[in-house]
Amino acid sequence: MLSCSPTSTHHPHSTSSQHSHPQTQTDRHPSNAPTMASEKSSSDLTLLDFWVSPFGQRVRIALAEKSLPYEYVEEDLLAGKSERLLQSNPVHKKIPVLLHGGKPVNESLIIVQYLDEAFPDTPSLLPSDPYARAQARFWADYVDKKVYDCGSRLWKLKGEPQAQARAEMLEILKTLETELGDKEFFGGEHGFGFVDAAFAPFTPWFMSYEKYGEFKVAEVAPKIAAWAERVGKRESVAKSLYSPDKVYDFIGVLKKMYGIE
Amino acid sequence: MEEAAAKMPEQPAVKLIGWLSPYVHRAEVALRLKGVPYELLQDDMANKSDLLLAHNPVHKKVPVLLHGDRSIPESLVIVEYVDEAFHGPPLLPADPLARAAARFWARFVDDKLWKALWVALWTEPGEAQVALATSARESLTLLEAQLPEGKRFFGGDAIGFLDIAASGVALWLPVFEEMAGVTLLADETHPALCRWAREYAADEIVRQCTPDMTMMLAFLTPKRGMFMSTAKAMAA
Repeated sequence: MLSCSPTSTHHPHSTSSQHSHPQTQTDRHPSNAPTMASEKSSSDLTLLDFWVSPFGQRVRIALAEKSLPYEYVEEDLLAGKSERLLQSNPVHKKIPVLLHGGKPVNESLIIVQYLDEAFPDTPSLLPSDPYARAQARFWADYVDKKVYDCGSRLWKLKGEPQAQARAEMLEILKTLETELGDKEFFGGEHGFGFVDAAFAPFTPWFMSYEKYGEFKVAEVAPKIAAWAERVGKRESVAKSLYSPDKVYDFIGVLKKMYGIE
Repeated sequence: MEEAAAKMPEQPAVKLIGWLSPYVHRAEVALRLKGVPYELLQDDMANKSDLLLAHNPVHKKVPVLLHGDRSIPESLVIVEYVDEAFHGPPLLPADPLARAAARFWARFVDDKLWKALWVALWTEPGEAQVALATSARESLTLLEAQLPEGKRFFGGDAIGFLDIAASGVALWLPVFEEMAGVTLLADETHPALCRWAREYAADEIVRQCTPDMTMMLAFLTPKRGMFMSTAKAMAA
């Protein structure tokens, strides 16, 4: 199980912390090689990630929901990209990358679906009904297309373009509010699900969006604000996310890097 | 009359809102491959119908699949829904890693490849356009590398998810190339991908839902100016 402490952590995860399934240590011994092939490879999971990435956090949340042990590898993206990352995701050169028995799976939502399909005996994030699945995919895709990009424009831009980003962000939050409705989670009957995992990592970014956009999520989208609080208490989420303050500071670092005031 | 085993609600009518779009084609080909009868509700993009706006209020785009009282927008979401909700040959492979790869490359087609093709097609001739064309060809090469050795389709012996996702490259790219006077996909540079494009276009089921390309060209030609403006904004 991932051993990081939740929002109180002040440092990014240490590199290469091994989280092995207890049996695996012996299974890796060469004389046990035949057993290794039949062993469920839940310990053959490695996640290349970046501490504050909401996309990486989706995968961490999914792994935690499924109680799947894995090796977390921090890619220090501000310093450059490792050889392993470039080889595992040559097309986009981005984290998160999940390595399963050394084979890469890329793109956070694709990784989450992969985990559902490769580990069918674990709690699934997508529901089983085809229509519910389609709706979950649609809304996760909506979060993917809209939230990060619009949020980035909020803190990168000034004047009219920023005002436009602000208007868009309010629209996005209201749309998601309508979709959530009175449900406890976006997953509805299924419970905490795919869309919750997709959107939850953005909740610590709300404070920054609020500061840059000069609005309050609680006023614009009160159900989303309540959902954010609820979801933040969930163990898998709490231990995967960093505090809003840390996110705000990180944005400050990025702005300096880009030479934005 | 026998009650259908109601696990898969195949009885309710299936309708598809859309017309003359590579995204609509994806939905149609998926339905036809699964053997699902459907009614095509042609929606002219210039005059978005009340039906479309009611069923896709978020993006206001075609295609939208209507299955009984369910409505599903987004072409690739529709394709996965059709794969899961109806019996018939599977569109996605069985192996989880292969499924993840198919989804990854489908996203690549939408997010990276088409953007690269678009700016290369519609940017004014010059040094910048040449560089964009090179970049677009590199993206085509990356896609081409996903074709399994000795197989007709990305899906292997039968059309699969990635073939459907990439169908625009086989069917619409030639039309855009003709409009723009630009060649990006050619036998000399991408023999395997061209071979795939011909196989895909010639498939019996695909032909049933491929619009007449002369009509397509006539429909698209007036939009050339608009395409050039969007390409300019994208390349900026």
